[in-house]
This record gives sequence, C-alpha cells and structure tokens, in this order.
Amino acid sequence: MTARRRGGPPSQSLGALELFESEPAPPPGAESRSASRAARAVPPPPARDTREVREAPRRAVYVEESIPGATPGSAVSVMALTATARDVLEGAFMPLWVRGEVSDFKAHRNGHWYFCLRGEDAQLKCVAWSRERRRIPAPPDDGMQVVALGRLTVYPARGEMQFSVTRMEAEGDGLWRKALELTRARLQADGLLDPARKRMLPRYPRRIAVITSRDGAALRDVYAVAQRRCPSVEVVLVPAAVQGDSAPESLCFALDQVARWGDVDLVIIGRGGGAREDLWAFNDERVARALATCPVPTISAVGHEIDMSICDLVADLRAPTPSAAAEAAVPVQSELRERLRMSAETLSALAAERVASARNRAAEYSSGLARDAARRVERRRLDLESSGRRLHALSPLATLDRGYAILRTVEGRTVRSVNGLEPGTHVEVVLRDGTAAATVDRALPNGESTSPRAVAGAAP
Amino acid sequence: MTFEASMARLEAIASRLEDDELDLDTALALFEEGVAELRAASAFLTQAETRLKQLNEAADGVFRIDDLRD
Repeated sequence: MTARRRGGPPSQSLGALELFESEPAPPPGAESRSASRAARAVPPPPARDTREVREAPRRAVYVEESIPGATPGSAVSVMALTATARDVLEGAFMPLWVRGEVSDFKAHRNGHWYFCLRGEDAQLKCVAWSRERRRIPAPPDDGMQVVALGRLTVYPARGEMQFSVTRMEAEGDGLWRKALELTRARLQADGLLDPARKRMLPRYPRRIAVITSRDGAALRDVYAVAQRRCPSVEVVLVPAAVQGDSAPESLCFALDQVARWGDVDLVIIGRGGGAREDLWAFNDERVARALATCPVPTISAVGHEIDMSICDLVADLRAPTPSAAAEAAVPVQSELRERLRMSAETLSALAAERVASARNRAAEYSSGLARDAARRVERRRLDLESSGRRLHALSPLATLDRGYAILRTVEGRTVRSVNGLEPGTHVEVVLRDGTAAATVDRALPNGESTSPRAVAGAAP
Repeated sequence: MTFEASMARLEAIASRLEDDELDLDTALALFEEGVAELRAASAFLTQAETRLKQLNEAADGVFRIDDLRD
C-alpha cells in the first residue's frame, strides 16, 4: 500500500501515512505465524512528511492545516476515513486463519453467509460471499468451533470491521460430515438411495468404460485386472478430471457422454486414494445425480477404504478401490471357457435325447400302439382344457390331433410360408395318423383371391 | 452378438430342448442355432490381450473409440 500524496489524483481514501501520524496502528496480536507475518506487513510508523517540514519550518501552520483531519478546517469525510481504514487493514494483514466459535449464522437469500466468530470477550463479524465460499463444504452451525481463513477488511456502509472468509474447517470434520448428510438427505428424498434401484451387473461384459483421469493409477489398475482375468473384455477410458474445482463438472460431462454413447455394458467411476479434499468431487450432488441416472450399470471406486462417498451410495455397486471394481466387473476367462464347454455338452445331450424320443414315438405309432397313444393324448388334452390350461394346444402332437396338418418338403423341412412353393413342388402332408404325398398346384399369399384376374392385379 | 446374449440364448435353447414333446424339426433347428452361438461365444474368448481404448466425441456428437497406448 502506498501513501497517496496530497494534490494527487482524487481519491476517497486518505494516505495511510498521514493517519499514522496521529494514531499509529497497534501491532496486531502475533500468535500465529501468519499473524506475525501480517505484523511485519504493517507499514513503517510515523513517516511524517519530514521533507516539507524541514524545507519550510515557518510554514508549519500551513502544513498542519493542509494535513487532512489535523484541524477542524481540514476535517475529513466519514467515507474517506472508513475507506482509508479499510485500505490500512487490508494492507496490514495477509489472509490468515482465525479460530473461534460460530454464532448468529445467517444465510442470506442472495447466497452470502453472515456470522460472528467469538472467542473470550471478543467477536469478529464475518461474511462468506457466495462466489468465494465454494471450498467451504457446508454452512456452519451456531456453536461450532471452527478455524476460518479470511481477509480482514472494513465494511464502510456499516463502519464495521469485517472478516471475509473463503475457507473454513470445523472440529472433528464437522463441516464435511454436515455437507455429506445434507447431500445424502436430498438424494434420499428423491429416492435415489433406494436399494431397489440397484441394478445387477452384467455377468459377461464385453466392454467396460472407466471414468477417471488419463494419467491416474485407477486406469492402470483396471487394465491390469482385466488383462489378468479376461483379456477379451475391452477397457474404454472416458477421461475426466477427478480432483480440483473443475472435477464435478468434468465427471458429470463424462457420465453424460457415456449415457449418450451407450455402447458399453458397465461403467466404473473412480480414482486412486487421496486426501479427503481430493476425493470431494465424488461427494458432489451433481455427480451423484448423473451417476444415478446413468443408463448403464455403475460401479463406484473411490480409493478410500473407510469413508463412504455419495457416489458409493448411488452406484449399483461400491468397490473400495479401482482394482476391486475391476475384479467385480470382469469375469475370469477360464470360467467362461468352462461354462461354454458345459453348455455345449448340455446341448448335444438334449439334441440326442430328442432324436431318441422321436424314434421311439415313430416306433410306437408303427407297432399298433397308435390308438393308445392317441387316446392318451386326447385324455390329456381334455384334462388340460378342463383346468383351463390350453397351452398344450401349441404342441405339435395336439395340433395334429385337432385336425391340423404339417406340410413338409420332401427333404423333411417344415413349410411355413407359400414363398418358394412353386407349382409342381412335391410335398408331404403329415396328419395325426400318417403321411400323404402331394404336389403343389398353386400358391397364393393371404389376401389374394384365387381368381386369376385378382392374382394378376395384386401388388407384388 | 455379445457373449452375454449368446449365453442367454444358449440357456433358452437348452430349456426348450428339455421339452419332450418338441418336434424333431424344431429340436434340430434349435441345436444348429445353439452350435452357432457356441461358436460366436468361443470367438469372444480368443482375445489374448486386453484392448485399451479412449472414448472420443467429435463436434457433431459422433462417438469414436480409439486405441489408447502410452
């Protein structure tokens, strides 16, 4: 801060030097390191304009009168004084941490917070401007013991000394816990924490998206686990900032990209471990809401073992670390091979069974048991109909029983459509009790009349 | 067809094949379909090295996945 010379550019503020002449600023309490730095930052005392005095001793009265506020004639305005006091205070202290108890907290409609910090018999009026308090996790409660980082200034309109706070921490992480609880309550109220919302993860994902930073350990960890367990699974990075002021927005954007892209089976969102403040983006309400509405199943993997993050509560699965998330997401390839092998065995065994039972049925019919079989079928059909279960009518045997026929090509393929049925094609008609050979005379799709004129006029 | 879809289809085919009244035609068609699914699913498991990609969005909102190698 520099002293403004008289006759200099017009200013509401007086030069600090003149004011210190009459009443030098008391050195501020120098308990903390920053406070003692602040003390050193106080401009050097008296600093009377000695040059002028020495050069013109006989004009002392004139000089005195020309010093603002030195005489009734040179009285300064209230505005000038308070503005000067503000300049002095702001120049005297660096931003510093202050300890005290919060009282009279008030969150104004305009987003600013007003409160007092109290200690012993002293109090300090504080303000936290809405645009400057982004790093304060939650509003403090009255009675909370806090330390606050701020700048000391003067609010001229009230003539009050005011501490303008930009950061705050409460004893026992009180503010962080409170912020978490507030967010959690809002998500809960919207039903986003309902356990019924949790979706099953896909058993065999083909592609996994990882929302994290490109250079962090999380991506490497997920990749390493995927490579070890099942290299067939593709890992796709969706890059995002995972710490710092831009992280929440960046994570939301990445989640939005995944939602719009959609060509992925599972999302892992997370980062390796870090200080609580570094992990804070994963407690951001916007991120949590974006995660909750993600159309793809999600795993949160914020590298902390102990605390739950808000994302952990919202994700379909919470993993303690990115590696653990990958373990949960990626199946083991050898197990997949085993499953396939078993599936192949089941398939051939069942097919063999069907062939065998068809052969038996054919044998039954040809050995004179047909009548018994038909009676059995008829009896069952009546049973099922009487109990209202007509599903069995869909089975081919019952259908034949009801008078329907199956049309087959001579190769044994079932004919389901008139397409490809050229006149002259030889077919087999399978009835309940036998097969008839037949030849196609004419084939007409539904809706076409048998009259040659109508056929000729039909659309292709 | 993904591995997951193939496995689901295989399970559905197996449960249909368990029906003793299924006609042979259908049974054999289902079997052939199952074999094709098995083949597709095995192909998925032949990949030896994990592919690492990055999602990129062009200005017109079209997504591309490119190799990510450092």
